[in-house]
Amino acid sequence: MRALSLETIGVGKRFGSFRALDDVTLKVRAGSVHALLGENGAGKSTLVKGIVGYGPLDEGSILVGGREHVIGTPRDAHALGIGMVYQHFTVAPGLSVAENLVLARGELPWRLDWATEFERLNAFMARMPFRLDIQRAVSSLAAGEKQKLEILKQLYLDRRFVILDEPTSVLTPQEATEVLGLMRDLAHANELTVLMITHKFSEVTAFADDVSVLRRGRLVGSTCVSDTSPEELSAWMMGQSSSKASAVERKPVDDNLPSRLEIEHLDVPNDRGTLAVRRLSLSVRPGEIVGIAGISGNGQRELTEALLGQRKSVAGDIRINGQHYGATRIEMQREKVYSLPEEPLRNACIAGMTVAENLALRDYDRGELCRHGWRVDRRAIRARARQLIARFQVRPDDPERPIGTLSGGNVQRVVLARELTDDVAVMVVSNPVFGLDFASVELIHQRMQEARNRGAAILLLSEDLDELIELSDRILVIHDGQINFETTAATAERHELGRHMAGAGAGAMDLHS
Amino acid sequence: MNRLPLLPRTIRTALPALPTLLALVSSFLLFMLFLGVQGKPSWEACRLVFEGAFGSVFAWENTLQRAAPLMLTALCVALPAHAGLIIIGGEGALVLGALAAAVLPRIVPGLAPLPMLLGMGCVSMLAGGLWIGINGWMRQKRGLNETIGSLLLSYIAIALFNQLVEGPLRDPASLNKPSTPPLAEDYLIGPLSESFQVHWGLVAGVLACVLAHVLVRYSVTGFSLRIVGGNVRTARMVGLPVDRLVLLTCVLGGACAGLAGMFEVSAVQGSANAALIAGYGVSGILVAFAARHNPPGIIVCAILLGGIEASGSLLQRRLGLPDATTLILEGLLFTNLLAWEALWGRIGRWRLYLGERYERRYAMEAQHG
Repeated sequence: MRALSLETIGVGKRFGSFRALDDVTLKVRAGSVHALLGENGAGKSTLVKGIVGYGPLDEGSILVGGREHVIGTPRDAHALGIGMVYQHFTVAPGLSVAENLVLARGELPWRLDWATEFERLNAFMARMPFRLDIQRAVSSLAAGEKQKLEILKQLYLDRRFVILDEPTSVLTPQEATEVLGLMRDLAHANELTVLMITHKFSEVTAFADDVSVLRRGRLVGSTCVSDTSPEELSAWMMGQSSSKASAVERKPVDDNLPSRLEIEHLDVPNDRGTLAVRRLSLSVRPGEIVGIAGISGNGQRELTEALLGQRKSVAGDIRINGQHYGATRIEMQREKVYSLPEEPLRNACIAGMTVAENLALRDYDRGELCRHGWRVDRRAIRARARQLIARFQVRPDDPERPIGTLSGGNVQRVVLARELTDDVAVMVVSNPVFGLDFASVELIHQRMQEARNRGAAILLLSEDLDELIELSDRILVIHDGQINFETTAATAERHELGRHMAGAGAGAMDLHS
Repeated sequence: MNRLPLLPRTIRTALPALPTLLALVSSFLLFMLFLGVQGKPSWEACRLVFEGAFGSVFAWENTLQRAAPLMLTALCVALPAHAGLIIIGGEGALVLGALAAAVLPRIVPGLAPLPMLLGMGCVSMLAGGLWIGINGWMRQKRGLNETIGSLLLSYIAIALFNQLVEGPLRDPASLNKPSTPPLAEDYLIGPLSESFQVHWGLVAGVLACVLAHVLVRYSVTGFSLRIVGGNVRTARMVGLPVDRLVLLTCVLGGACAGLAGMFEVSAVQGSANAALIAGYGVSGILVAFAARHNPPGIIVCAILLGGIEASGSLLQRRLGLPDATTLILEGLLFTNLLAWEALWGRIGRWRLYLGERYERRYAMEAQHG
C-alpha cells in the first residue's frame, strides 16, 4: 500500500485583507481520485499550492498519511512524496524522454552514467502500466504523450500523492479519457492518491471517487461522487444567492426592432489551431443585454477576441446593422462599437502610456483631440482626461501617471470611462468585474444598464451567474464552443443553467433555424 | 500637473537621459583603464578624443561629416522601434540606397543637376525603404523575428552590392578598387559653404530627425505607432491597422538609411564602392539606443559618436594607438549603455516619487496656509 492519504484541517490563507482560503477542512482518502471543483478565484489553486509548498498556508494544519507535517517549501512536499502536474507542460522540449526524467530528479552527480541510467529507466518503464520510448525527443510527442510523461515523471520520482491541475485542458477528449483512466487505475491499485482540479463535470462523474467544491475560499461540500449529481454540484459551485433588486429601472426590449449585432455560424480557432468556437450564432437587439453563461475555457475567450478584432475567425460572419463587421477602426467609429475585455491591462491599455493617453485611445484621431486632421492635441487630451478622472473617481487623479502603476480597479475605471461613452451602440463585455471591489462592481453594473436603456446592444460574457441574471434580458449558455441553451433572464433557473454549462443537452442549438 | 517648481521639473524631464550619461562616464573610465594597463597615457588619450572631435573647425567638420549618415541610419532603428520592432539591418539599406543612387545617372543620363539629385534621393530612399519593408512584411505575415531577419537581409544586401559593383556595374577604369563609374562633376554635392566643409547630408539628417520628431511626438500616426509598440492586443482592440503601421515605420526607416547611402555616394565617395560599407549602419544602432529612439536625442548622440570616430586618426598620429582604438571605445559605450538600461524601471519610480513628494508638500502648505 503506497498511496498516501491527506487531510487539511481548518486551513486558511489571506492576501492582505483578502481571504483567499477560509477554514477549509478536506479529507482525501488513500488510493482514491478526489476531484476539486470551483469557479475561477474560488481558492482551488491557493489550496493546492499550499499542499505542494509553493505558497505555504497561514492557518490550520495538514495531515499526511495520518500524521501532521509542516509543508513550508516544495522540498518538504517532495520529501513526503507529494507532487503536482501543472496545467501547462513543464518538460524540456529539446531533450529526450530519458533526459527529462533524469533531469527531474534534481540532485545529479556532475557526470551521468547514461548506460546505467538507461538500464534503470528501462526497468522502471517495464513496471509502468503505460510506456513511452525513452529515446524519443519530447518535441516529437503529442500533447497526450507529454501529459503521460508528466505523470511518469511523478511516478519516477516516487510520488505517492499527485495533484493534477486541470490535466485535460490541453488534451483531445480521447487523450483525456486515456490519461485520466490510467490515473484512476493507478489510484485503485493503491499506487498513489490523486487530487484533481477540474471544471468539467463529465470528468468528475467518470473518473473521480470523491468530490469537493470550493466557493469564495470556503468548502461548500465534500461527498462521494455516487451520492451526488451534476445539478447539485453546479448549485454548490454557483451558490444560491438571490439576485439583488437593481437600482436602474429596466426598460423592456422592443422585439420589433431588427437585431443590431448578429453572429452567424462563426468558427474561431484557438492558439493550437483547433476550433474553440464552432458554428456559433446569436443576435442582440438594441436596448438588450444578452448574457453568455459558461464554465471558463468553453470558447468565451476566443469568441470575445474575434469580436474585438484580436483573433481571426475562419468561417461565418459578424454583422452590425446588417453590414459585415471586420473590426476595423472605421467600422468601430461608424457603428460605435466599444468593449470591456477581461484583464484590462493586457487587453485594453498600454501600461507604459499615461492615464490621459489611455483615455484617448478611441478618439485621438478625430473630433476635438485632433487638430488640422493630423496633429494630436495633447492639451485637449489632458483636459478631457481630468474631467473623466473626476467623473469616474479614478485614484490617484494624476492624468500624467503611467496606467501600469494604478491598481486593478482603477485601471478598469479608466477603461470604463473610455468605453462607456454616451453614444455607445454595440458593446462587448467580458468578465467585467473580475477581481474588483464592491464599489467598482456597482459602478460598472449601473453604467452598463444605463447604456442599455439608452439603446445599446450589449453582449455580456461572464462566469458569474449572479451578474448574468441581474443584468441580462436573455441568457445563452455556451458549452464546448456552441450555444446549447437559451432562456429569458426573468425565467432563468440556476440549476437548469448549471446543467447546460456542464454539457447537458449536447448538440448545438441553432438559434436561427 | 504643472505645479512642480522648476528644479524638480527639470530633473523629472532630464531623468531619462541618466542611463546614457552614466554609460558615457563609466565607458570612459573603462577606456582609460584599458589604455592604462597597456602603459599608454590614458588621460592624454581622452583629451585627444575630445580635441579630435570638437577641438578645432577642422575637427568639427570631420565630426559632422560623420554624424550626418549616423542620424539617418539611427532613424532606421528608431522609427521601427516606436512600433515595437528592433531592426538592426540599416547597413544593408544604406548600401542598396547608395547603389541605386550611383546607377541612376547611367540609366537616365543627361538630366540637369537638380532633378538628377532629387531623382537619386528618391531611388535611394525607395531601395532602402523596400529592403527594410521586406523585413516588416516578413515579420507580420510570416512571423519571422525582425531583428535576425534584418541582420541576415543586410548581409544579403552587402553581398548583392559587392557582386554588382565587382561585376556588371564595374567601371573598367577602377583597377584595384572596384567601383561604379564616377559621377559627373555636376552631380556631386558640395559643402554647405567654402569656409565650412560639411556636405548637405547634415542638413538632410537634421531635417529627417526633426520630421521624425514631429511624426512620433505630435502626429496621429505617431500616436498610433506608440499604441502598436506598447500593446498589440490593445491596438487591435481599438481597430488600428497593425500590419500597415508596422510596414510604414519599416519603409520610412529604410528610406532614411537609403538616403544616407545616396549622400555617401554623391557627397563623399563620388561612386559606389566597398568604402561605403564603413559601419554607419551598425553605429546607427548605437546612436538610436543611446538616444532612446528619441529623434532630437539622435542628433546629439550622432554628433557625439561622429566625434569619437573622427578622433581616431589623431589618436593614431599622436599616441601611436591602432585605428581600432575608437572601436573599443564605441563597443564599451554600447555595452555600458545596455547595462545601465537596467535602471529604467527605477527611473520611472523616481519620476513618480518626485511628483508625489511635491504634491504632498503643496497639500500640506495649502492646509497650513
